[in-house]
Amino acid sequence: MTVIFGFFLLTLLLITAVAIVQSQNLFVSVMLSGMFSLLLAVNFFLLDAADVALTEAAVGAGISTVLLLSALAITAKHEKAPSSSRVGALIIVIIATLVLIYATLGNPQFADPNAPVHQHVAPWYLDKTAEAIDIPNVVTAVLGSFRGYDTLGEVFVVFTAGIGVLFLLGTQPGPFAQSNPFKLTDPKGLRHYLIPRVVGRMLVPFILLFGLYVQFHGEYGPGGGFQAGALIAAAIILFALLEGENSALKVIPRSVLIGLIAGGALLYGVVGLFGIFLGSNFLDYSVLSSNPVKGQQMGLLIIEAGVGITVTGVLLSIFHAFAARGKF
Amino acid sequence: MELLGLYYYWVFAILLMIGLYAVIVKLNLIKKLIGLSLFQAAVFLLYITMGKLEGGTAPIVTDANANGLFSNPLPQVLILTAIVVGISTMALGLGIVIRIKEEYGTIEEDEIQEIDK
Repeated sequence: MTVIFGFFLLTLLLITAVAIVQSQNLFVSVMLSGMFSLLLAVNFFLLDAADVALTEAAVGAGISTVLLLSALAITAKHEKAPSSSRVGALIIVIIATLVLIYATLGNPQFADPNAPVHQHVAPWYLDKTAEAIDIPNVVTAVLGSFRGYDTLGEVFVVFTAGIGVLFLLGTQPGPFAQSNPFKLTDPKGLRHYLIPRVVGRMLVPFILLFGLYVQFHGEYGPGGGFQAGALIAAAIILFALLEGENSALKVIPRSVLIGLIAGGALLYGVVGLFGIFLGSNFLDYSVLSSNPVKGQQMGLLIIEAGVGITVTGVLLSIFHAFAARGKF
Repeated sequence: MELLGLYYYWVFAILLMIGLYAVIVKLNLIKKLIGLSLFQAAVFLLYITMGKLEGGTAPIVTDANANGLFSNPLPQVLILTAIVVGISTMALGLGIVIRIKEEYGTIEEDEIQEIDK
């Protein structure tokens, strides 16, 4: 039954993708890409990737749609008809698809227990997590502790992207702001629309609460800093859309956002350095407490908080940078 | 059933190429970025598909299911962070597109090249 459901969802995914590319109306494309992300999240869930599904739903369907819409508000709502180079591209793409499909004939079957990917290091991580860190969620354990270096790198990539957007757009309204009829963030927000206001205001505290739950329950269930950061940013963005951007800036001012962007990444790095000062390796949390397992859990909690803080700060700063650019 | 077991990989291949097609053919820069994110989504799907294990469950080991089978956690860790990095880089791309619009007055590639001549 699950298999049939999975096939159905995958087919829907393909249809949505074709519709996204086909549509000349960019607004339609963006809304469809939100739907695409939601379908992808359900697919991830069926494939046992609960953490990834949560991230994709919060980031892909929520924040990426808002960012694309705010970019559309400043640029254009329609694309012009494409030029004549279509046939060549279509031939290349079809040939490449056939080659890729031919290559899959040698792949292991779907969910095959004998596939090489299940033989190598994965069983080691599944075995050792209970012994070394003693938390149920292996994904969080690998993310934060076993492969803490990689995650630190990813956090710095997010940090760099946030700084890059701030450098590109700053906080001033752009030259095209005035002439635009389609404004994403009306200074009054959606206050004069009764239903979004009532429903939205009720939702914001619960999304925030859920974000905090996902942040601090990440060791025991699906969740962690990346998902929580996206959820908390989504709650504040929803508030900004309802009440106007300025009200959201009163809640978390720009100066605080800059602090959050840098602070989270620094917190992660400092925990790593503590490992060195206490006589062990960089990002080895075992020495943080007299009991190595407790030390690991403490380190994980702090670095996940750092990840959550940076992701929230970056996503909110990007939103405010885009919104300010379109303001009149 | 032999071939049906490869359906996930085929969806990956087609999705990847739909994304590539959008990047090649579309002249609108925002549409190109959406195409790029489809391309990226296809790669995510491939990784997560490979991690799935027959009869497995999400890799959260509790006392109740300690002896059960679990899907591979490693691809999930990779993709989890890749999604958030993906949105950050797309935001950077959109920031550049907005600056291009402000300087050139258009985000269609052919018109930008025309102006640059």
